[in-house]
Amino acid sequence: MSDLAPSELEKVRKILGREPNQTETGIFTVMWSEHCSYKSSRLHLKKLPTRSDRVLVGPGENAGIIDIGQGYAIAFKIESHNHPSFIEPFQGAATGVGGILRDIFTMGARPIAVLDAIRFGPLDDPEYGDRNRRILEGVVEGIAHYGNCFGVPTIGGETVFERCYNGNPLVNVFALGVFRHDEIFFGRATGLGNPVIYVGAKTGRDGIHGASMASAEFTEESKQKRPNVQVGDPFMEKLLLEACIEAMHTGAVVGIQDMGAAGLTCSTCEMGSRAETGVEIDLARVPQRESGMTPYEIMLSESQERMLLVAEKGREEEVFAVFRKWGLDAVTIGEVTGDGKLRVKDHGVVVAEIPNRELADEAPLYDRPHGIAPYRPAPMEVPDIPRSRDLNSDLLELLASGDLCSKRWIWQQYDQSVRTNTLQGPGGDAAIVRIKETGTSVAMSVDGNGRYCALSPREGARLLVAECCRNLSAVGALPVAATNNLNFGNPERPEIMAQLVEAIEGISEACKHFETPITGGNVSLYNETLGEAIWPTPVMGIVGLLKTAPPVTISFKEEGRTVMLLGGLGTVDATRFGGTQYAKVVLDTMWGLPPALDMDYEKRVHTSIREVIAQGLAESSHDVGDGGLAVALAEACAESIGASIALETGMRPEFALFHEGPSRILLSTSAPEAIEKIARENNVECLRLGVTMKERLQIGNGSGTSSGMWIDCRVDRLREVWENALESLLNPVPVG
Amino acid sequence: MRFGVVVFPGSNCDHDAWYAVSHNLGHPTEFIWHDSTSLGNVDAVILPGGFSYGDYLRCGAIAKFSPVMAAVKKFAQEGGLVLGICNGFQILVESGLLPGALLRNRNLRFVCRPVTIRVETTNTPFTCAATKGQLIKVPVAHGEGCYFADQRTLDALEAEDRVVMRYLDNPNGSLRDIAGICSERRNVMGMMPHPERASDPLLGSTDGRVVLESMVRSLVAAHA
Repeated sequence: MSDLAPSELEKVRKILGREPNQTETGIFTVMWSEHCSYKSSRLHLKKLPTRSDRVLVGPGENAGIIDIGQGYAIAFKIESHNHPSFIEPFQGAATGVGGILRDIFTMGARPIAVLDAIRFGPLDDPEYGDRNRRILEGVVEGIAHYGNCFGVPTIGGETVFERCYNGNPLVNVFALGVFRHDEIFFGRATGLGNPVIYVGAKTGRDGIHGASMASAEFTEESKQKRPNVQVGDPFMEKLLLEACIEAMHTGAVVGIQDMGAAGLTCSTCEMGSRAETGVEIDLARVPQRESGMTPYEIMLSESQERMLLVAEKGREEEVFAVFRKWGLDAVTIGEVTGDGKLRVKDHGVVVAEIPNRELADEAPLYDRPHGIAPYRPAPMEVPDIPRSRDLNSDLLELLASGDLCSKRWIWQQYDQSVRTNTLQGPGGDAAIVRIKETGTSVAMSVDGNGRYCALSPREGARLLVAECCRNLSAVGALPVAATNNLNFGNPERPEIMAQLVEAIEGISEACKHFETPITGGNVSLYNETLGEAIWPTPVMGIVGLLKTAPPVTISFKEEGRTVMLLGGLGTVDATRFGGTQYAKVVLDTMWGLPPALDMDYEKRVHTSIREVIAQGLAESSHDVGDGGLAVALAEACAESIGASIALETGMRPEFALFHEGPSRILLSTSAPEAIEKIARENNVECLRLGVTMKERLQIGNGSGTSSGMWIDCRVDRLREVWENALESLLNPVPVG
Repeated sequence: MRFGVVVFPGSNCDHDAWYAVSHNLGHPTEFIWHDSTSLGNVDAVILPGGFSYGDYLRCGAIAKFSPVMAAVKKFAQEGGLVLGICNGFQILVESGLLPGALLRNRNLRFVCRPVTIRVETTNTPFTCAATKGQLIKVPVAHGEGCYFADQRTLDALEAEDRVVMRYLDNPNGSLRDIAGICSERRNVMGMMPHPERASDPLLGSTDGRVVLESMVRSLVAAHA
């Protein structure tokens, strides 16, 4: 267990003016763990933009909140559950969903969408393939189990496979909820003498020190930490949601916070700290699932589906009545005091007494050394890139690869349409839910790219933000705010810390540029197993707003339409080709730098496509992303309409077809002139690539110099390969 | 026409059913809490989808003991229209209002996707506004939707024209592709697909409305 460092223990002695006892030491250890205190990253997180006219609540609360107009607001956040999901995939992922949902409804918002960014080692890895498949199946089943039963649609995300996640899968869950401005609640223990009420599931020994576990590297011992992983009950959470929202509507609730990481400890001291009050509780009154639990265990338990709320004195009965109706425990366990201290009693005897503010906000702050080049797992030098033998089979190989293939096998296990708000579910550029009460819809995109970030954390991070905003714009939404999940290795290693700092600065630059302030998020460090770190993997979740309307989707709809590439073919040199899926899948290597990004140009492309969609000019719209133009074209053909494409370029075919330069959107339209006009007005290049047609996708070189057909394939063949690849990877034919 | 939507602890499509009937169709709709012993003066009852009582023990197995189900049974015996969707179908089966059982999906995984179903009979208050053989596209979302009954029961259902809907692309292994059945008196129907999720043009399909519209039509006829 990661204990307090000697300097931290010294600080504890100074705060208390004495030696801490065992319970107090435990409380400080979890609150000052990396997971709860952000002690290695806090200094750099301050560089992120956090404000705009729309931001109602920024970082520091359970979730960020932004205004969406007409008196309504949305709360959203992304959070990781990486370590638990490796140890126990099903429960680890399930409780990851449960935790982020509580973060949303503890603010008063009703969750209406979940997206997941999940990363595993390759399913066909010779050494770890079996384990990776088992982890993926468990994680997917866990997400499905929790979200489906709770009744929130899971409508998007991404699934990525890299060897660096063999020993450290990533499970990042994004959730979003909606409410009125006057329904917002905060985690604040205000009002002297107000009762502190415990609601929800009983406390057991599960998850003790989960937050500390999530702040340490994996070793052989980690496998014995299974009891540290919590067990989730989505039915209990559903009842808790309904009861909390109903209780909030009584007007008797003053403040509320979920018990997540560090359980009762974190919720009590944070609520007191935010309100600058004290909180006194008696553990004897805490509903317990097991007998003989020590104060240390009760304070540190991470049992799920529990909330702490502060009610107005004298109106407790109104709150209790609501929880009784839903069949849930609700017990007064203490009260708000004026001395600023967290005082924990057990049968009336004080077992811990710590100043709230120092505990919650005065955690050690580390400026860890990072003044060296970030660690790079690949050379800068360009290798000899062989001439492709068969571009058709290269395309099919890419479409059948883990990162690019259809994830239908996964998302069919998720309820995508419950709550009847899903305008666009998984498989689109961005997920869209309508807000029934207003004419507004919310679009969401969650995206990471460890490969780009491994080559350059700063450029990779900027590309991610651009990609998310492009995804949103491609469905016509205006990006307005962001949340991030920073997944990195051990920050005590300067070459890892340098990755973190570079990535945060990259996110900051891009979020400022695209006007998407960060309203909250999560940092997950120590993602290492046996000394080997994951690639730097920041994951962005960005939300956008649009007018409610039937969505413009990826696929070509009719034959005879003009296919256009807004933003142009882009440019690439060999160095910038080394992070592509082509380099990964076809060449099995990696080098150089991620694609170059011109943020000004990128933003103009976003403006243009939004205008095109607002005017109803696009029949289909698709961001050109991983795999490049040929993969984007193949995806646009998934519903049976193909295309005949001529690329006027002198680039070598592998580059022209598969480079991943940003700032490009593929369209089909019957009004090409109008689109060209919009592009011209925004000073953006816009090319006519060809026309849609039945049955085949043909891509040729139209420049005349090395004329010829590069790709020629039946559309149903492309679709068959793309749709069935994941299932084949999960069910490999036994050898011999 | 007045609709009631029963809310069990763990129901999560209650609001969707309420919205489809009240907003998409425009009929007054109210929620009925699971411990109420009366249904008030509703003309039809919907048991919505979800995970009533957490699906503990078996889907629908605990819901059948809740006070409201006694009222639903009485309502059904008096000829009232009862529609069970997804978990509601499971509850109807557990309560003995419909025959058979809904087992774990054949592939053991939850499945959520649009399916095409064929209306097999229009001789029910839930399909009277449809045409026989009409194909409708409606989403399913369930882990336990595999309809099972012994051969005699299945033969009887078919002989009595009580198989109301069948899957064209069976998503769960249901015997004889059964997606929905009705009671002997034809006033109780259970179906696994979600018509309330296909009742709004914005959501891509309004094929599900025919079920709700049929209910309205038959209620109007009965009141006339």
